[in-house]
Amino acid sequence: MGALLSEISWGVVLILLPLAGGIACFLFPRAAKVLGLVSVFAVLLSVSGLGWNIKVNGIYRHAIGGWNAPLGIDLYADGLSLLMLAATALVGFGISVYSADYFEREDAARFWPIWLLLLAALNALFLSADVFNLYVTLELMGLAAVALAALAGGRDALGGAMRYLLASLLGSLAYLFGVALLYHGFGSMDIAMLAVRVEASPAVWAALGLMSVGLLLKTALFPLHFWLPPAHASAPAPVSALLSALVVKGSFYILLRLWLEIFGPLGGGVDTLFGLLGTGAILWGSLQALRQTRLKLLVAYSTVAQIGYFFISFPLAASAGVTAWSAAAYLVLSHALAKAAMFLATGNVLRFGGHDRIADLDRVVQRLPLTACAFALAGVSIMGLPPSGGFVGKWLLLQAALTQDRWDLVSVIILGGVLAAGYVFKVIGHAFTLADISHESREVPAKMEWAALLLAFGAILLGFLASPVLSLVGIGVPFGVSEVSP
Amino acid sequence: MSAAFLFALVGVGLFSLGLYALIVHAHLLRKILAINVMGSGVFLVLVALAKRTGESQPDAVPHALVITGIVVAVSATALALTLMLKLTAETGRAELPEDQGK
Repeated sequence: MGALLSEISWGVVLILLPLAGGIACFLFPRAAKVLGLVSVFAVLLSVSGLGWNIKVNGIYRHAIGGWNAPLGIDLYADGLSLLMLAATALVGFGISVYSADYFEREDAARFWPIWLLLLAALNALFLSADVFNLYVTLELMGLAAVALAALAGGRDALGGAMRYLLASLLGSLAYLFGVALLYHGFGSMDIAMLAVRVEASPAVWAALGLMSVGLLLKTALFPLHFWLPPAHASAPAPVSALLSALVVKGSFYILLRLWLEIFGPLGGGVDTLFGLLGTGAILWGSLQALRQTRLKLLVAYSTVAQIGYFFISFPLAASAGVTAWSAAAYLVLSHALAKAAMFLATGNVLRFGGHDRIADLDRVVQRLPLTACAFALAGVSIMGLPPSGGFVGKWLLLQAALTQDRWDLVSVIILGGVLAAGYVFKVIGHAFTLADISHESREVPAKMEWAALLLAFGAILLGFLASPVLSLVGIGVPFGVSEVSP
Repeated sequence: MSAAFLFALVGVGLFSLGLYALIVHAHLLRKILAINVMGSGVFLVLVALAKRTGESQPDAVPHALVITGIVVAVSATALALTLMLKLTAETGRAELPEDQGK
């Protein structure tokens, strides 16, 4: 059994399975829900298979069609890829369970094929080892995400999706321009080969600039976040959860990989700039979240703020590499779980009361106790209170900042937590009180409440799993060996 | 100045021109065309830079990349045009909702 499991090339399965599932959903719209759920569950199992394989045999590498790197395309997975794949599969499964009850017949036939295509694109992205393949997966992910964002129809959703598409295409073209420059300079697309060959030159700096701007635009780092709130807030709840929890992480992962392997060792002041933009994102996103009167927009601006934390790691990594990068990885994982839970809980409130005006939330706690609990638990992780995944991530980040006496970043990290507490409690407070106008209410299926709650539990549970998760991420030393991990 | 360098320079020019048009024009069809012009600029750079100095035969890999890139550009343009038509049917104008009324 063990021998059989290790012989299967799980990376290939992870790409082909959701792709085939998506096509099947498209061909048999009546069975889309069942086919979709089965595919996503099978992807979850395949990720466990890949994880087991990586734990036993170390780094996974597969040459597609038997052609090796310079000519063919390699699939590659180390601890960091595994973390992203696992986060995608887990969060994706939770959101799928929720979607099974959320989308009715006609919408379901549209949702499932695109979501499975998005899943295939995300898996392919996290398994790619060359910069051009990353471009293709980036585009696939972007197109699927835009199609999902437009699903609701209507002026707001279509306008938001259009803006998202233009920003996304602009980002990918800038990235592709950088790929062209890198290939011209060093004659390779493979990240590992580029890492060996690259040396500082004007062309490399131009490539770094273009690729960074493109990927930051797609990751929605302040001040390039303008497209995110309208696109994420006007989409159906499960789609908002997918976009916020998973899609922005795809482009962040590419940037992180490029930085770790190619651009980081070159030095230069770019990491300081990333740190400044991250600071701006935390402050601006949190303040905007506090100002919102609609729940969905509040959660969307909270995403803008939390993305800022990922970029605080860059200036800290120069002398506290492993700690800072582990913090970023942990924050990405816990934000995926917590933000998905938050958007799903918001979807429940929206379905229940027909609106998401924060001031009129009207005793959600009594009517939807599980949903209110999910929102609060997810909020604990977003704020970074113990015990939660968000706490572990922010603690590691604080540790990296304190060892370098970066008090400016320490205060930003803490202030961001306080502001997050402000907007989470703003919602919770209204959820407990009686509003002036009570409204017609609609039944919310139990599965939708439990899906949100279990994802939030996952974000809390991460607070207890720090050492096994971090040792798994360390497989293949993606973050280098500049110091001993705590 | 070699011919390859000239083509690459034209590519950079197209990219910048497209970026400018994408920002200043409100009409969505113009924005979509601007994206396509930018894409052509990048493709031109890729093709031109395939002729590396000191080799007589141009490198075939960038050409293969351009073909893949064109496939991606066609599908992206199709999606963008469909979205534009839907948005026009909904709002009556082929502009982003936030740009309308300016």
